Amino acid sequence: MSANNSKTNGEPDGTDPAISARGLVRKFGNFTAVNDVSFTVARGEIFGFLGPNGSGKTTVIKMLTGLLPLSGGEASVEGLNVRTDAERVRERIGYMSQNFSLYPDLSVKENLTFYGRVYGLSPDRLKKRMDDVIQMNGLEPYLDRLGAQLSGGWKQRLALGCAMLHEPKLLFLDEPTAGIDPVARRQLWDLLFELSGHGITFFVTTHYMDEAERCSHVAYIYYAKLIADGTPNSLRELPDVTPQGTMRVEITTPEVTRALKIARQIQGIRSATIFGQSIHALIDDHFNLEDLREQLQKQGITVAEIRPLAPSLEDVFVELTRKNQNNQSEVARA
Amino acid sequence: MRDMFRGFGAVFYKETLHVRRDFGTLFFSLIIPLLQMLLLGYGIDTNIRQINTVVFNADGRRESRELLDRLKNSDTFHLVRYVNTDHEMNEMIIAGKARVGIKIPVDYSDKLLHKMSAQVLVLIDGSDSSVAGQAINVTTSIGLDESLRRVLVNNETFAVDMRPKLLFNPDSRSPNFFLPGLTAILLLNVTTFLTAFSIVREKERGTLEQLFVTPVRPMGLLLGKLLPYLVIGFFELCMILTFMRFAFHVPIHGSVILLAFLSLPYIFVSLSLGILISSKANSQSEAMQLAFLTILPSIFFSGYIFPRETMPKIFYVISYFVPASYFINITRGVILRGAGITHLWIDALALFAMGTFLLVIAARRFQNKVIMA
Repeated sequence: MSANNSKTNGEPDGTDPAISARGLVRKFGNFTAVNDVSFTVARGEIFGFLGPNGSGKTTVIKMLTGLLPLSGGEASVEGLNVRTDAERVRERIGYMSQNFSLYPDLSVKENLTFYGRVYGLSPDRLKKRMDDVIQMNGLEPYLDRLGAQLSGGWKQRLALGCAMLHEPKLLFLDEPTAGIDPVARRQLWDLLFELSGHGITFFVTTHYMDEAERCSHVAYIYYAKLIADGTPNSLRELPDVTPQGTMRVEITTPEVTRALKIARQIQGIRSATIFGQSIHALIDDHFNLEDLREQLQKQGITVAEIRPLAPSLEDVFVELTRKNQNNQSEVARA
Repeated sequence: MRDMFRGFGAVFYKETLHVRRDFGTLFFSLIIPLLQMLLLGYGIDTNIRQINTVVFNADGRRESRELLDRLKNSDTFHLVRYVNTDHEMNEMIIAGKARVGIKIPVDYSDKLLHKMSAQVLVLIDGSDSSVAGQAINVTTSIGLDESLRRVLVNNETFAVDMRPKLLFNPDSRSPNFFLPGLTAILLLNVTTFLTAFSIVREKERGTLEQLFVTPVRPMGLLLGKLLPYLVIGFFELCMILTFMRFAFHVPIHGSVILLAFLSLPYIFVSLSLGILISSKANSQSEAMQLAFLTILPSIFFSGYIFPRETMPKIFYVISYFVPASYFINITRGVILRGAGITHLWIDALALFAMGTFLLVIAARRFQNKVIMA
């Protein structure tokens, strides 16, 4: 995927990608927090940005929102160069930080009013946008409740509401679902899909693999370097993920723990890990599945089922991380 | 650099809401200075009276008793005990039970009768210099007076008659002198803490970072934060002045309106100082320590306790950089000396310049050093 050559200056004309990052570098003293990261986010995408803690996710967001100057590289957001036009970038984006930064001593309505004024909305427009946001996020019953009295899920909805009052075309959500319950998590994703349908682009960081699977475009950053970039399905089909001559299988058995120990001894099984009531294994593809079942049963393991399996995104990231640790490879793009 | 005050209205709106929500904290931060004033106003009396004094009167006749009466009537000495030996007198002073020992020798009356020079020994505990100074002054002047009365027999008048007159504070009342200065210190306390905390709280909550991703400009943010507290600081000043005037009966000789007007630049400096502190501190306890660091020089170098003119050169120079120096000059000027704008405009201007300088520095710091989470 080649980076679009966006203009460094001038008006955005609506054809630019939502985000274009080329060779981003950020250094803190001797420490390189972000090392040569390039990616492009098209308009209307839900872009999932993944990586372990401390790998540089938040730093990249801060660079793209103009909070941190770039040590190297170029980035444009909504067609505007973040180095030279940070202020106009900020007018066009919404940002929701990790801890849903709201004012606990202000009510829902007051929090919304404040952010509306911050973005300089006229009183009429503010009223209309507040009604829209309240309705969209279902905040109606809580308008007079103080921020501090809201549960995690409602805090997050209010934070999202505040971030989209000024109708940004691009929203950065930094771990929007950290610490909230599964129902609220699912509702948030439903809302994101709905908004994305209206042409809003989302840049979402997360730890949850199931959330990554929902994104239309994912990238994985591992200790300052981007090691994967593509749609979930295309990443699954990367040759690096399922090396030549291997296949993935799911072994269902009631005795997963014991079975795992034994499976790891068997020749031809390259790696194995537990998923609930089953084991996911990477095996040599000349291995006959019936042979495998026999070998396990010989050791006293009852095998209910063995079937071929497509790699999950977690498998993808594990394999790419491993490969990256072994030899400094370049970004796997798909 | 378009619209450098952007976001001012929004921040001002929000900040007034914070203040209204957290009325309890505000109430206490406004009441505590009044309590401090109450304690210090009643506690501090720099006029030295009734010094504990031990007497060894070896003479005991009429002339010696007359001398003791005169010492007693000066209101400076409080005769706590009469002793009969030098040793007892020394012990009393060493033990701290008396600060002054007066020994009238056995031949005091005889020498006076024979028109000879009679000596009186006055032992003074020098561990408190102001007490010692006062004791020396009063005893020597009583001695001088006593001598003159004996020399000038025929209703002759003094050759030179010095007539000192205290202007502005004729009774030398301590509150009159201390409370105008204290006003500056108390006001500094309240305003610096309030603004520093209000910004550091936003750092702790992460809302400041959120604000920096919006089009709010640092100057708009800082002024929006500053203005509500300027109003509160002004209100606090009015309370302190009312308290000073009616609870401590400190007369205000100049114009109250002028004083109120000239206090605005001072409140502005203290608030800017609070903001500068908040650009450095990342937690409320850190902000607290930094605020104390700025309050100490205000107490010691501003002339509140020690006159600036008698300070060592280096401290005198430092005192020019302490905002409280200028405001104490203003409060004492208006309250005690009835000074007008023509005498004090330069102090007000200096304060306003300092405030602007601090605020610009703070805004630059917020602009450049964006907060790392």
